[in-house]
Amino acid sequence: MNYINNNIITIVTFLPFVGALLLAIFPRRDRDIRWFALGISLVTLLASLHLPWHYVRGLDGFQFEQNLPWISHPNIHYHLGIDGISMWLVVLTTFLTPLCVLISWKSVNSQVKEFFILMLILETAMIGVFVALDLFLFYFFWEATLIPMALIIGIWGHGRRIYAAVKFFLYTMIASVFMLAAIIWLYVHTGSFDFVAVRDAIQNGQIEGFASASKWLFLGFFVAFAVKVPLFPLHTWLPDAHVEAPTAGSVLLAGVLLKMGTYGLLRFNVGLFPDQSQRNAPWIMVLALISIISGALVAMVQPNVKKLIAYTSVSHLGFVVLGIFSFTQIGVDGAVYQMLNHGVSTGALFMLLGMMYERRHTYDISEYGGLATPMPVFATFFTFIMLSSVGLPLMNGFVGEFLILSGAFQARQIYGILAATGVIWSACYLFWMYQRVFYGNITHPVNKNLQDMDARERVSMWPLAIAALVMGVAPNLWLHSIDPSVAFALKPFSSGFQAAAPSAAHITQAFLRVIGR
Amino acid sequence: MIPTVDYIRILPEVVLAIFGILVMLVDPVIPAQDSKKPLGFIALAGVVAGIAATVFQSGYYGLAFFNTVRVDSFSIFFHIVVLFVALVVVLSSLDYLEVQQIKAGEYYALVLFATVGMMLMSSAIELVLIFIALEISSISSYILAGFRRRAAESAESSLKYFLLGSFATAFFLYGVAMVFGATGSTNVYFIAEVLTTQHSVLTYLAVALMFVGLGFKVASAPFHVWTPDVYEGAPAPVVGFMSTGPKAAAFAVLLRVLFATGAPGWFWLVWISAALSMTIGNIGALVQNNVKRLLAYSSIAHAGYLLVAFAAGQTMGISAAMFYAASYAAMNVGAFAIVAHLAGKGERYVTLEDYSGLGRRSPLIAALLTIFLLSLIGIPATGGFFAKFYVFSAALQSNLVGLTIIGVINSAIAAYYYLRIIVYMYMRDERAVEAPVAPIPFSLGAGLVISLIAVIYLGVLPNRVLDYAIRGAQDLMK
Repeated sequence: MNYINNNIITIVTFLPFVGALLLAIFPRRDRDIRWFALGISLVTLLASLHLPWHYVRGLDGFQFEQNLPWISHPNIHYHLGIDGISMWLVVLTTFLTPLCVLISWKSVNSQVKEFFILMLILETAMIGVFVALDLFLFYFFWEATLIPMALIIGIWGHGRRIYAAVKFFLYTMIASVFMLAAIIWLYVHTGSFDFVAVRDAIQNGQIEGFASASKWLFLGFFVAFAVKVPLFPLHTWLPDAHVEAPTAGSVLLAGVLLKMGTYGLLRFNVGLFPDQSQRNAPWIMVLALISIISGALVAMVQPNVKKLIAYTSVSHLGFVVLGIFSFTQIGVDGAVYQMLNHGVSTGALFMLLGMMYERRHTYDISEYGGLATPMPVFATFFTFIMLSSVGLPLMNGFVGEFLILSGAFQARQIYGILAATGVIWSACYLFWMYQRVFYGNITHPVNKNLQDMDARERVSMWPLAIAALVMGVAPNLWLHSIDPSVAFALKPFSSGFQAAAPSAAHITQAFLRVIGR
Repeated sequence: MIPTVDYIRILPEVVLAIFGILVMLVDPVIPAQDSKKPLGFIALAGVVAGIAATVFQSGYYGLAFFNTVRVDSFSIFFHIVVLFVALVVVLSSLDYLEVQQIKAGEYYALVLFATVGMMLMSSAIELVLIFIALEISSISSYILAGFRRRAAESAESSLKYFLLGSFATAFFLYGVAMVFGATGSTNVYFIAEVLTTQHSVLTYLAVALMFVGLGFKVASAPFHVWTPDVYEGAPAPVVGFMSTGPKAAAFAVLLRVLFATGAPGWFWLVWISAALSMTIGNIGALVQNNVKRLLAYSSIAHAGYLLVAFAAGQTMGISAAMFYAASYAAMNVGAFAIVAHLAGKGERYVTLEDYSGLGRRSPLIAALLTIFLLSLIGIPATGGFFAKFYVFSAALQSNLVGLTIIGVINSAIAAYYYLRIIVYMYMRDERAVEAPVAPIPFSLGAGLVISLIAVIYLGVLPNRVLDYAIRGAQDLMK
């Protein structure tokens, strides 16, 4: 048992990579390759469930830590570990990957082997981002996510895929070199890449020249993460990438890759530079508000349904950033929870769009209409997921948005009020889109005979639908472990709003009152 | 009477020279219409024997031949790098020469002689000997550049390289003469002693002149103008050779001249040259459609990154430069081996267009080239990433914030044009007439596997090489 606890993170992280290596020597039999990829991603999911199962709630700091020296000059460690925040993001990643394999079963026909190799490498890199506690190692994984994703978009994407892939690559690459510079600066002045060591050194004020440099360091990290989130005005790569990406690419992009940005903001920007975070919070929150509102408004007028969902991501991730920079217990809790929610509901939405695309090979809303008649099961799933995305009470989206809005109100009322309009907007654009796609008369005769979801597609949707519901009804299953870690992360801010912030129990009570139980 | 151990200290050079002569002797014995491949195998054996000799030599640190040669971990490091390059180049040339129908056995002999020169460059501590070694390696390279006799651009390449190259070595020699005038010696470590007490104008001038000469050899801006033309015309494996081996050796000399002598006044020269090389190289590469030209500009840019490590100085900067030279050698020689293979007869297929759809036609070659290109970009798990990271760490350690920022921005720009090759290979496949791709011959495969292992090893477990580089840096300063 001890052995497993000590190595479980390494196992979870590198299982997909080992799978990718095995796939590389696999014969080119597409069917077997698909089954193998599914198998390895399911095994990874099972292995990753070890984490929440054996996680000890309420402990400060990181668990399942593994800290081995890797490179002696400079002093780089292979340091992995999770807390309540990153644990669920890891599980989210391992949860979405098998579903992505399922959804690509038929839609990826050419170069199947390469596709699944890249997907598994991507999974390893994504998990690595969430578990790395050494800044170098973090950057290592961070950059490693870039190539597989760009290739997935560029090779298996739609029409303007090359443009989208290159844009995605350059945006992220250029932004992250600034983070690299900041990481190296920290190393040079602290002699360590270790997240915990660097954080403690900063808190104890031991770093020479930190006062003048911290502004730039904060910005270095911030730019890298803000592009990934993406925060207005750095979001322009996202619609292109989403529209052109194959379904599985979109799911992973929206479901996990964007979370790397918000996770980075919370872990590194807020964790390492509390003073600078507080100082910069006003304009960051304004950017978040602009993201929420402009993302929603732009989404509303999109004729392309995938682009519409892509812009909703901008809006929803704006909520997350808002929650993080409220520095309130409840707001950050909500932000972490909303990251998971968004992964589940937007991931599911992209999968549903993928199914539409497989049938009609278009994302234009005007090409659809009246789909509820030929595809009742599909329409039901869509309704369900859409409601979770809108934030209907009893669904996951509601919990996250509710907590974030409470936090925003505590931070400053006007933020809460403005952000709350985002909830209304999201109902507008999603319902309106739903109406145009599913209701009304069938305007295009081809749509009359569309096939409803088959068994494979249903199997890939059920887990997400169930997750959306359970996360809405019993958020404490997650918040129990998220809450203490957030409290720990917010310690440097304790002088501020936190005195008034309620504990997890309060949140639950307030929440249960709202949903009337 | 010269003690035996002195001969051990030049053993790798001796071994390679013997094998080179052997190649020349066997060459006339092979009938004109027969394949010259056996000569390649002799050369291969020579390189392997050279590696063995270097390993053997590593137990015999010290001075030799009246203080003109010094074996230390610094020289061993560069010996291994250069021999590694020679190994992969010979492996990739075996079938390349067949395809191009170049039936000239002296090719292998020249590769070996050039390698001898490069090795000697890294272990010589006498400026005159360094100059001789530089000439041995340069003259061989001039000839190698012109080996595609029937192609006009190859002749152009050779002539340009020769004219400008001799011009540059003259600069170097001029610098050596001035150092001698200023200090009364041409021995690097003796010069160092003199320079601790006195600096004259002459020394500054000498350093500048030597920097010009060596700057040409490493293709750093503003002495880079020859690079694209020469690289475009020369045979592809030779370009792989020229862009890594002589470059690494010239950097070794530069390290000796700048750091071991404690010479003054080079900092801003290096700073400006580094910034210019990175910027000009990367911007020039953005618009290239010929892969060889593109990699030529990229090689200018990489010389720039390396010079950043020079500007950083100290143990960390020197070891960063050494590590960078090693990983650049690994990835670039691998990339050029593939370019040589894809070029086909008469090097017809060397434009980006010819690479379109490669990912589908020959997934293995495309995947390998992708890994080398990712390493050139500096993506994690490859040697290129770690090398760049180490260089920038060294630069920040020495408070070179401006240069680091220029470098970091440049490496982001660079990502674009390497990515373009990947885009062509994987994402474009609408071409009607596709360039034919031969299956990978065994020897080339072996060469590629060696470079691949080197690239990944340096990227994942750089510890041992780094430690050795650090020891080399410390030895250099002693």
